[in-house]
Amino acid sequence: MATDSAAVLDGDRLEVAKARHPLAEAAGMFFRNHTAVAGLVTLAIIVVGSLVGPYVYTVDPYEMVWAPFSEPGADGFVFGTDYLGRDLFAGVVNGGRVTLAVGLSAALLSVFIGVSIGALSGYYRGWVEEALMRITEFFQVLPTLLFSMVLVALFGASLAMVTFAIGIVSWTAVARVTRSEFLRLREMEYVTSSRSSGARDLGLMLIVILPNALPPIVVQAALMVGSAILFEAGLSFLGLSDPNVVSWGQIIGSNRPYILDAGWTVALPGFFIFVTVLAISLVGDGLNDALNPKLRER
Amino acid sequence: MSEPHSGPLLSLRDLTVEFATRDGTVPVLDRLSIDLDAGATLGLVGESGCGKSMTALAIMGLVPSPPGRFAGGSILFADEDLTRASDAHLRDIRGNSISMIFQEPMTSLNPVYTIGEQIAEVLRRHQDLGRRAAWERAVELLDSVSIPLPGRRAHDYPHQLSGGMRQRVMIAIALACRPRILIADEPTTALDVTVQAQIFDLLQALREETGTAIILITHDMGVVAEMTERVVVMYAGRMVEEGPVRDILSEPHHPYTRGLIASVPHLHAEVSDEPEDLLEIPGIVPSLAEFGQERCLFAPRCPRVSDRCRSEQPLLRGSGGWHKAACWHPEAGPA
Amino acid sequence: MSVLTLLVRRGGNGLALLLAVLVLNFTLIHNAPGDVADTIAGDMGGADAEVMAQIRRDYGLDRPFHEQLLAYVGKLARGDLGYSFFFNQPVTELLLERLPATLLLVLSAQVLAIMLGTVLGVIAARHPNGLLSHGVTIFALLGFSAPVFWTGIMLIILFCSIFPVFPVAGMIDVTVEGGWFVKTLDVLYHLFLPMVTLASIFLALYSRLARASMLDVLGTDYVRTAQAKGLSEFQVVYKHALRNALGPVVTLAGLQFSGIVSGAVLVETVFSWPGLGTLAFQSITARDAPMVLGILFFSSLVVIVANLVTDLVYSLIDPRIRIGHRG
Repeated sequence: MATDSAAVLDGDRLEVAKARHPLAEAAGMFFRNHTAVAGLVTLAIIVVGSLVGPYVYTVDPYEMVWAPFSEPGADGFVFGTDYLGRDLFAGVVNGGRVTLAVGLSAALLSVFIGVSIGALSGYYRGWVEEALMRITEFFQVLPTLLFSMVLVALFGASLAMVTFAIGIVSWTAVARVTRSEFLRLREMEYVTSSRSSGARDLGLMLIVILPNALPPIVVQAALMVGSAILFEAGLSFLGLSDPNVVSWGQIIGSNRPYILDAGWTVALPGFFIFVTVLAISLVGDGLNDALNPKLRER
Repeated sequence: MSEPHSGPLLSLRDLTVEFATRDGTVPVLDRLSIDLDAGATLGLVGESGCGKSMTALAIMGLVPSPPGRFAGGSILFADEDLTRASDAHLRDIRGNSISMIFQEPMTSLNPVYTIGEQIAEVLRRHQDLGRRAAWERAVELLDSVSIPLPGRRAHDYPHQLSGGMRQRVMIAIALACRPRILIADEPTTALDVTVQAQIFDLLQALREETGTAIILITHDMGVVAEMTERVVVMYAGRMVEEGPVRDILSEPHHPYTRGLIASVPHLHAEVSDEPEDLLEIPGIVPSLAEFGQERCLFAPRCPRVSDRCRSEQPLLRGSGGWHKAACWHPEAGPA
Repeated sequence: MSVLTLLVRRGGNGLALLLAVLVLNFTLIHNAPGDVADTIAGDMGGADAEVMAQIRRDYGLDRPFHEQLLAYVGKLARGDLGYSFFFNQPVTELLLERLPATLLLVLSAQVLAIMLGTVLGVIAARHPNGLLSHGVTIFALLGFSAPVFWTGIMLIILFCSIFPVFPVAGMIDVTVEGGWFVKTLDVLYHLFLPMVTLASIFLALYSRLARASMLDVLGTDYVRTAQAKGLSEFQVVYKHALRNALGPVVTLAGLQFSGIVSGAVLVETVFSWPGLGTLAFQSITARDAPMVLGILFFSSLVVIVANLVTDLVYSLIDPRIRIGHRG
């Protein structure tokens, strides 16, 4: 193919890239990406709205304020009312916090587990690697949602338990990415030279290798938040979430029996989950393009 | 072989291929004119990025598009202009009357099909052979490129063969339909030195046997000296020197050609008695953005550069008959 | 490594994983607050200590943990997964009754997603700046971002309420009469929406990956070789490039099976599809321990078998897995 000219074209691009700090370059690339910026703005609006909203729109989401199944816009309720006559808009405004908080903390937990296991299994050889690979494989065949359902059903549907139940089953993708990065970087010259100059294993892993392995991990972590939110929504939809705390998924779950008569009670909170996850995916894609320029064509 | 047409078998006339880049279109091949007679051997020499491979792809009708496109001139093959030929017609020519082998034997074969299938495929495509006949012919071809136990090896997948063996398979594919022209693009660069010699011997032998004309693309003047009769030196998409190998080696006109010769130790000793002469050419090939400018593109790297070189493009001028160079200050006399 | 050794090795590995899944879950259920006796007592509207102890003896809950576990694994080896007090039926029997529905849903969705996803991905890769290519990228993001149960509900609202063309729930219509052909059509008719819903998440994933993988492969040397042979565009793309591009898609498909089973639980719940998912939902809320363990066992089995099949398919596609390097 155009081996000759492609090399020249690449060389061109590299020279441009070299001129600035890599992070500044990545940031520049991210902010030139319109869809990524759109995702970021949307996400910011949703986060700020969820944090501030309840203080602005002060209707109690748990209280029956009107007749059930009042259609959106009618009777002064923008989103209508649910099967118990609760203000759906109040529910959506208040539910975001829980959904986002659970999604974020579950993602953090799974990133923590995934990075630890991936790093150790990529860095060490022998039985450590073998054992960790088996554990990873185990969690890959475990039907994740079923297992989380069992955990939540057995040990109670507190927010903490739900978060734990999501985090504990969702880390395998992060572990895979981390491991392959560590496998690659372990052989790099600067790692070997640090090792020969007496650096300890933990220091090598955390200070020398991890920072270089971060770009794909960051991207994976961003996507993780999205899938944790979807996971939480799934559990709530099945009724396996704290019944005393309103979240988007929980609203959908409790109104599920009435979808044919009152579709909006399910459609609206679901739409918010959808938009939130979409925004996160766009940001994740943007990060991917900006941090892993090699893979830009993907 | 008797030719129904007169003149050279293949003739590039002012061939121009442009690439669309971020900074506008640039000519990666700039008014290139090359002739190749039937059964002849031609070396195409230059550093990477000079347009050698692009020339080959242009002849094959495989210029990647986008970003590339024909922007002028013609490629006359047996008096037919390939730049105007239909895709279907080009496909009938490719692998049949013009074929090509590539630089990377390790990656040029499809990993999921046996080598026998990959050879038989081209026979079935162009020679109307049935499955069985094509397979038998494929085994014969493996034998003709000196692969031991061809009947068994035909069932092997590429990953089971060494690099040298894979390049032999590529040669078998390329020569399967007895092409008029074989383009070999750095066919040995990726191989061990001993294997290189074997591949070149094989190409020589097959050429003598079949009368196929060969265009050999390389950056190595030593290879050119051994393998070809005529040589074309390219720089930044342009031809800078052309002539019979012997003349060019003994009396290079263009400083770039001199540099290329000087970079091959034993050739250098033969041609020049100034050991401190250019051992390698300083600087690098210009970036695409500079291609096509109306000046000598080699000027920044040239020891004999003058103001004229920076403002005016030198055209090819002959010193006597077949030997031509594009330089304002050609070397006089033997190197 | 021959295909057979590969299968035996992976199969043994799968069995070990399966056993691990069971032991973990058995331990969890054993250590969870409350047990079957509490639930049964709850159902009966309360019971005294005498009755509770009797129930525990009946279910073997008074014996030490390791004895219970061994007894369970021993019975399992004979295909006996215990008795469900909630459904009043042997667990194995009920599971085998429900398994086909889940398999039908999961496999049809997976096949639809892989095939359609690959085709879309390939078309997108051939025109990387075309409308369809951007469409695939956007569509992939949308499919991935929508909660699957929400997608299902939206489809129900759209196709069962606004344009009533598909059935809302279930797998068969008992009022339909006719031969096996009519009944099969009826099942497919019911299958359509759940299948599309479940496929939507993965279709997105596969088309995106197929596009990326195909773009990679189209730039390889051997594709150029195929072009240089004078092969038609169709042969170059579908014979030479596609088979190589399938590798990553197959790998991803293997990794997604556990996710697909998870998705099936939600989709079955939305469409009242009579498979393992709806059963899981009921038995988990009812704390039916033998049933829950049985479901986890079966769904892990599905994932493991699917992974085996994935390995097999991969080795058929790529001879480098089948046949090692020489020397």
